[in-house]
Amino acid sequence: MSQHNDTDHITGRSTTGHEWDGIKELNTPLPRWWVLTFYATIIWAFGYWVVYPAWPLVSGYTAGVLHYTNRAAVTANLAQLEALRGERMKALGTASLADIEKDPALLALARARGKTVFGDNCAPCHGSGAAGAKGYPNLNDDDWLWGGTLDQIMQTIQFGARSGHAKAHEGQMLAFGKDGVLKSDEIVAVANYVRSLSGLSTRKGYDAAKGEKIFADNCVACHGESGKGNQELGAANLTDKIWLYGSDEATLIETISNGRAGVMPAWEGRLDPSTIKAMAVYVHSLGGGK
Amino acid sequence: MTKNVTSKELMGGDDDLPLYAPQKKIYPQRVSGTFRRIKWGLMALCLGVYYLLPLVRWNRGLGAPDQAVLIDFQSQRFYFFFIELWPQEFYYFTGLLILAAFTLFLMNALGGRTWCGYLCPQTVWTDLFYAVERWTEGDRRARIKADAGPLTAARLARRALKQAIWLIIAWWTGGAWVLYFSDAPTLVKDLATFQAPAIAYIWIGILTASTYLLAGHAREQVCLYMCPWPRIQAALTDEWALNVTYKYDRGEPRCSMKKGRDLRALGEKIGECIDCNQCVAVCPTGIDIRNGAQLGCIQCGLCIDACDNVMKRIGRPTRLIGYDNDINVQRRTSGKTELFKPVRSRTVVYAALIATVCAVMLHALLTRSLLDVNVLHDRNPVAVKLSAGAIRNGYTLRFLNKRGFDRVIAVDVDGPANAQIHIVGVDSVTPDRPMIVLARDTTTELRVLVTAPFDEKAEKTQPVKFRITDIGLGEVASATDHFVTP
Repeated sequence: MSQHNDTDHITGRSTTGHEWDGIKELNTPLPRWWVLTFYATIIWAFGYWVVYPAWPLVSGYTAGVLHYTNRAAVTANLAQLEALRGERMKALGTASLADIEKDPALLALARARGKTVFGDNCAPCHGSGAAGAKGYPNLNDDDWLWGGTLDQIMQTIQFGARSGHAKAHEGQMLAFGKDGVLKSDEIVAVANYVRSLSGLSTRKGYDAAKGEKIFADNCVACHGESGKGNQELGAANLTDKIWLYGSDEATLIETISNGRAGVMPAWEGRLDPSTIKAMAVYVHSLGGGK
Repeated sequence: MTKNVTSKELMGGDDDLPLYAPQKKIYPQRVSGTFRRIKWGLMALCLGVYYLLPLVRWNRGLGAPDQAVLIDFQSQRFYFFFIELWPQEFYYFTGLLILAAFTLFLMNALGGRTWCGYLCPQTVWTDLFYAVERWTEGDRRARIKADAGPLTAARLARRALKQAIWLIIAWWTGGAWVLYFSDAPTLVKDLATFQAPAIAYIWIGILTASTYLLAGHAREQVCLYMCPWPRIQAALTDEWALNVTYKYDRGEPRCSMKKGRDLRALGEKIGECIDCNQCVAVCPTGIDIRNGAQLGCIQCGLCIDACDNVMKRIGRPTRLIGYDNDINVQRRTSGKTELFKPVRSRTVVYAALIATVCAVMLHALLTRSLLDVNVLHDRNPVAVKLSAGAIRNGYTLRFLNKRGFDRVIAVDVDGPANAQIHIVGVDSVTPDRPMIVLARDTTTELRVLVTAPFDEKAEKTQPVKFRITDIGLGEVASATDHFVTP
């Protein structure tokens, strides 16, 4: 800013006096509206410091005259949401499972709520469409280890299976091979016998009588004389077409040798009762419920 | 001091015109005649329909709105006299838009910018606002004189009165607008007692402001600078389209009335335009039609009336300005008779397209079903194997009951052999045929399971058809999808 009275002769306007390689800079001040806006933002900032929390202190911060906090705002919003849902969710909590299924409005609500919560909590094991996977039951079909009525489904969700909860379903498939109860040829015989129960093909020349005897001696306690299973113990029905771990001979041999003990976590305490109820209704309405 | 150099000098030349010309005030003069009468008639019709339509009642039975034309956003219904449209029937509006476009094209091919001059809301409301201006402040001369003179109390009072009437019209325009979206008598009462929803007042405010600004102040500026149609229509017109035209072959060379009479007596060929400037004085966009077809001409025909009045007074044939086209100018110059061809391939095609779209829409409207069903197959899982070996597929069915009463329907399935149907939450009345109640004027969404025995020989994917039957009326609707075997 050396020569203040230097003027550009073409435009007739003063320059800043700066010059680079013969090019001079016109003195073009900022527009008044721009400057005023800038001052306004400064004033606004001062106002903001006073009204909202702004400055960090050694222990804490200036709270501002509004005492606004994000956390309180979120809590208030959530409370508002709960209040908004309140009536209908309350109805879900008080109605019985059977009543919910009979009331189209409640059923739709339970299904919608159940589907969302299922996606958040159950999908990792059972799949987003509840189709399950090896070792994780398909909830769309009508084969239930622990029972498929509304109450049974709800109980399983609430307390789980082998989950460590005091009311959890207990019972497991023993490891007949690993524990030395059966020898390998006996396991092959009984595996083929089990396949024959559900009409599957068997290994040529296997000893059916031996298989039947081993089954009668070792398996009927849980799976029943005809192999139809026992939902009290979570013993699988061996006569149907659905196999949780697979129905081929190798898988069956492995199951008999090493046993199975899948875990279903207990959801009591992690989900509120009306949500568990909604989930039971949702799972039941997938189509396999009894 | 150094000399200030203007930008024009810097850029060198007169081509450097500003991109926006400051608005020249236009004082259109009152005129009477055929086209003015047509315009009054159309204005009365358009404004009458707009202002009064929401007040027309239409009985649709108990519980249904009894307003003839109602756009019910809340319950997502559109009522138009005997027609009730649902959101998924939006294609009717598409059809209307297509129809409007073709009608515009046809009008353009026949009579140029007929839309602009007679029917465009901007023209209609501006015309109304001009009428108010003439009534309060006097005609062209009086207004020019008053604007040039000092601002007297009387002048101020007239201006205030004009603005007040403009605002009342604008406010009433906004008021009529919101009546299309709610029950009119109730809304009027609520508005008057300040019980109406805020959105109603906001929309009245928006429409009041836009009407007042556009019709009162922007006027011809909308046509000249804001509206795309003048630009588009230039591409749609052809040499046969009738346009408001100054017949320069008849009018030129211009000559004063007295001098022209003398010269004509001597047998000289002299033009009929006496340069009285009446066509310019009455023009609402302030153009001179004698400069030929131009963007600013909205083809309202008021210059035709003005010119005809003058021609009658001086005893010359009328329609020196009239609906004409360039072809006729050339034919007249070369001594041929005038030729008008409203029936040309272009107009025939437009008319045929309009008729086709009308027929299709009418057919769709008359055969539209008031009972409908949509189906969505479960994607995850696509199919489920049951313990006994049967296969089950899940579907979401959406039932639409477009009638104003509850109805009982039965659901049947035609699919794989021995297929069984079950609706979640519904007990089947007969083993394979559930029945449900559809509430009036609603959609119902239900989960439907179809189970069929496993058949090794059957195709992996078989068609499945859901058929719903109204038990009372016998109306039938169906939807098809697939039954998948894993």
